[in-house]
Amino acid sequence: MTTAPVATATATERLEVRADSDVVRVRQLVRAVAQKARLSLVDQTKLVTAASELARNTLVYGGGGDVEVELVTDGRRSGVRAVFSDEGPGIADLDLALTDGWTSGSGLGLGLSGSRRLVEQFSIDTAPGAGTRVEIATWSR
Amino acid sequence: MSDAVPILKIGTTLLVSIQVDLQDDTALQLQEDVAERITRTGARGVIIDISGLEIVDSFIGRMLASVAAVSRVLDARTVVVGMRPAVAITMVELGLSLGGVRTALDVERGLALLAPEHESAEDVLLAAAEREAR
Repeated sequence: MTTAPVATATATERLEVRADSDVVRVRQLVRAVAQKARLSLVDQTKLVTAASELARNTLVYGGGGDVEVELVTDGRRSGVRAVFSDEGPGIADLDLALTDGWTSGSGLGLGLSGSRRLVEQFSIDTAPGAGTRVEIATWSR
Repeated sequence: MSDAVPILKIGTTLLVSIQVDLQDDTALQLQEDVAERITRTGARGVIIDISGLEIVDSFIGRMLASVAAVSRVLDARTVVVGMRPAVAITMVELGLSLGGVRTALDVERGLALLAPEHESAEDVLLAAAEREAR
């Protein structure tokens, strides 16, 4: 369920992703939680950028879905965890989807592969016809 | 519904200052608006000021590259200015290089890049003011 061991979460905020404007809302929410978690400006920017890519994937490839964002702590450090879920067609070849430059649509093919590089923890759960769930987290230093 | 990004004309240069968190459809609209303004005004240069942008993801990066490419075909040069340091670091890690897009640190340096050789930003602004006065 979680990639961050012994992490406890405070209030979870959930946003639906159904339109372009929702992607902007996800960015703003992730930014706000990242500031609460005291991430550095560069880490905030990386995390928000990754969230933007993943929220757009949820919208464009997943046909819409939702995003859950929470402030987490392991007792020593604080961080942000975000989960992007859709009930779309899923990803048949995950290795291929995680390759730079490969796209099933008209994008640049950097969304999934690039966002993985921008965050500390990245996990993906998908199967053809079973939707896609991507979980990311970044912790304060 | 989203707000359009204003495009200002200074002499033969268009200044596009993005001050809002760009949503995808606004970015696409901007691409069309810039192309239309270049052909209507005969502008020779486009400066896109992104100092207001907190992130540049692959979609916005593609929009910037595409504006530059379309401008080039329409005989205008594009300079992207004002990128925040954290945005630059993130973009490179994401894998976006903005190849083919000229950049400058701020609007003034961008104007100087677009000016014919040996002409400073000040000269460009003066020339524009003179044209306006006529």
